[in-house]
Amino acid sequence: MRRERVPIVVLVLAAIGAAFFIVPLLGLIVRSPWRDAVTALTAPETVEALKLSLFASLSATAAGLVLGVPLAWLYARVEFPGRNLLRALTTLPMVLPPVVGGIALLLAFGRRGLVGSWLDSTFGITLPFTTAGVVMAETFVAMPFLILTVEAGLRSMDRRYEEAARTLGASRWRVFTRVTLPLIGPSLFAGAVLCWARALGEFGATITFAGNFPGVTQTMPLAVYLLLETNQEASYILSLVLLLVSLVVLVGLRDRWLGSA
Amino acid sequence: MSLDASIQLTIGPLNLEMQVTIDEGEVVALLGPNGAGKTTLLRAVAGLVPFRSGHVRLDGKVLEDTATGEYVPTERRPIGFVFQDYLLFPHLSVLENVAFGLRSRGTSRQAAVEIAMRWLDRVGLKSYAGSKPAELSGGQRQRVALARALAPDPRLLLLDEPLAALDVTTRADVRRDLKRHLDSFEGIRLVVTHDPIEAVALADRLIVMENGRLVQSGTPAEVTERPRSQYVADLVGVNLLRGEADHGSVKLASGPVLAAAGAELGEVFAVVHPRAIAIHRTHPEGSPRNVWSGRASSIELLGNRVRVRIDGEVPLVAEVTPAALKELNLVEGGEVWLSFKATDVAVYPA
Amino acid sequence: MRSRLSLVIVAAAFLAACGSSGGTAASSPSPTPLSGSISVFAAASLTASFNALGASFQTAHPGVTSKFNYAGSPTLVTQIEQGGPADVFASADTTNMDKLTTDGFTVGSSSVFAHNQLEIVVAPGNPKGITGLADLAKPGVIYITEAPTVPAGKYSLQALASAGVKVTPKSLETSVTGVISKIETGDADAGIVYTTDVSAAGSKVSGVQIPANNVIATYPIVVVKGTTNSVVANVFITYVLSASGQSTLQSFGFLAAS
Repeated sequence: MRRERVPIVVLVLAAIGAAFFIVPLLGLIVRSPWRDAVTALTAPETVEALKLSLFASLSATAAGLVLGVPLAWLYARVEFPGRNLLRALTTLPMVLPPVVGGIALLLAFGRRGLVGSWLDSTFGITLPFTTAGVVMAETFVAMPFLILTVEAGLRSMDRRYEEAARTLGASRWRVFTRVTLPLIGPSLFAGAVLCWARALGEFGATITFAGNFPGVTQTMPLAVYLLLETNQEASYILSLVLLLVSLVVLVGLRDRWLGSA
Repeated sequence: MSLDASIQLTIGPLNLEMQVTIDEGEVVALLGPNGAGKTTLLRAVAGLVPFRSGHVRLDGKVLEDTATGEYVPTERRPIGFVFQDYLLFPHLSVLENVAFGLRSRGTSRQAAVEIAMRWLDRVGLKSYAGSKPAELSGGQRQRVALARALAPDPRLLLLDEPLAALDVTTRADVRRDLKRHLDSFEGIRLVVTHDPIEAVALADRLIVMENGRLVQSGTPAEVTERPRSQYVADLVGVNLLRGEADHGSVKLASGPVLAAAGAELGEVFAVVHPRAIAIHRTHPEGSPRNVWSGRASSIELLGNRVRVRIDGEVPLVAEVTPAALKELNLVEGGEVWLSFKATDVAVYPA
Repeated sequence: MRSRLSLVIVAAAFLAACGSSGGTAASSPSPTPLSGSISVFAAASLTASFNALGASFQTAHPGVTSKFNYAGSPTLVTQIEQGGPADVFASADTTNMDKLTTDGFTVGSSSVFAHNQLEIVVAPGNPKGITGLADLAKPGVIYITEAPTVPAGKYSLQALASAGVKVTPKSLETSVTGVISKIETGDADAGIVYTTDVSAAGSKVSGVQIPANNVIATYPIVVVKGTTNSVVANVFITYVLSASGQSTLQSFGFLAAS
């Protein structure tokens, strides 16, 4: 079978681009103290941080789905005044420095925050220093990715399928669950994975809003950061773990990404 | 059972103003050129397109009425819609597609599957129940789309260019099947098409639309024998002229006067079949009362006939045999004379 | 450019206000004017004081640009060891200085330039009525501190241990700045930082002194190996250790070097 030749320029630039990502990974693999790997990985703080990270990032993804899909639907399907502004506001965390996001969350949901003070005085609920606070911080920075991906999926789907479903007697809810969601499946899945990956790696907003305490708010990125100061080599191992977990998911995702209609 | 629709709407350049009444047992075809508004009208009846004023009543029940503000949403109308691209849900199997309407309306899974399987059997696709739409051919998909629309037993069946997506060879067979299914359906059937063969084959009555308005309505025979618009005339392949009749002659708007046997009084359409027109290189002698000069602007060979378009005082299309053309030594741009008898001019009120 | 100009103006006004009373460090003019730039990596607790030192250093040596990088001491050590462009390193404890020295990143021996003490930081007006270390364990008090790898965090553990107080912090911040900002926003009730931090935060916080069981923090300063301007680096350190530099430091609440 005759294969079309790839232009040299493309090959060279692509190789440089690939190296840019591969070399750091190789650096981590080569410099990690494999002999001490097991000790580093089974240390209670590590296990705790990993469990917390997985729990928080998955919760953040769930929250992202529940709140983000309706928002994406609004942006894609409903014309209303101020839509562009609202969309910009809800995707702002993507370009905002995470620490700034954390500060904003404190001022809103901290003990003396706009909403936080009410929560504290009425229910006695405080969000900083809690795992819930971690989930909030991660949701804040990660949800925009989900919103944008799902919105794109909704915009690009053929809406006539929804019309066809309506002519067959499907209620709006049924159209959404049986036709729309399955048709944007790939975008939905890709958005959820992007959201999860971003949440897993979140540092700045988490430490600013939720603080840092093992088992409660110390996620993997925070643990790695602190470990860097006491036991650098252990931090390499942990970094590698984070990297590999993310890599596995992204590799698994790829095909479905490309398979979207 | 009847459909009574009166719809006025404007979408972009289209200004639609139509009244459609269909009685029980009728198959009506909406025929017209692209952009006439046929699909828009169909979708408006289904409730998928909002309209400025008008109403839609099915079996006396109001589905939509701008005067009173009543509106029954599409999903609650007892309709079946077959889309031009079929729009079979790609993520569902053929069986699930056909069962979709039943399940949406509350039928239990078991009952829906039974009914759906029966319909698949009727359209001869029972063995494809578990397949995905992508695995089927165009003709098969069309049948699934039909089964899907009919399974929930609708009162009104709307078909939007049901055969347009098929290639010519499959079309004839599928058309025969479609006619069979349409005949066995008891409700009201409204088909949109731009193909006159399809319209004539499937329908009891034709409604011809152009630019959002009604141009002609009648049985296929009536419409084809007495076209009332250039569009239909072109479809049928005849020459259509319009003018003022006065006992045996018709004065065309452009000036010339035709000799037409049977022309009485009043505004009339005059039809001359291309076959009836003779072409000469010199001014002809003989009995034909209609003799006109002109120039052959295009010559088209169609199988065993030749169509010659002639511009002149009375622009017409004439049809001769290839042998005759050769004898005439005629090329494009050549000067000719036409002749046809007054008795070959069919006249009817405009 | 603009910031340097305003700095000069402020310094000039400062000098004009002070007049010629009191010996300033720059009373003996340097033979050739210094030039170039230095990067000072200083512990977070030195932020306000070193900014002031930097300003007056600038006035005395207009040809020099000094840049300051503040963070938790262990973070700075990591940065330097990974190639961070530091000329001078000022640590908040000897442990971190020793690490840097042992790892071979220093030039010559370090000098102690200041001492610091711990102080409890609370919201303005001390609404929770904290009187001492024991009150940190009171129910309803949200106590935070620095991570143990940060000197202040290590010292706070020591102080609490020697006072026999058992309390679990709600968060282990990466620097004193983290603790202070959470007190300022009102999300934490009390934290342990340095006295200098409390005075630097001014009216945004209140402080509760720790007379007994306090820990004296020792702040050493050193020239970093690989400095691009060892002349200016050394002059800067001399300035910090000079009477003028010391008085500046003490005005921020630091204790004398000796």
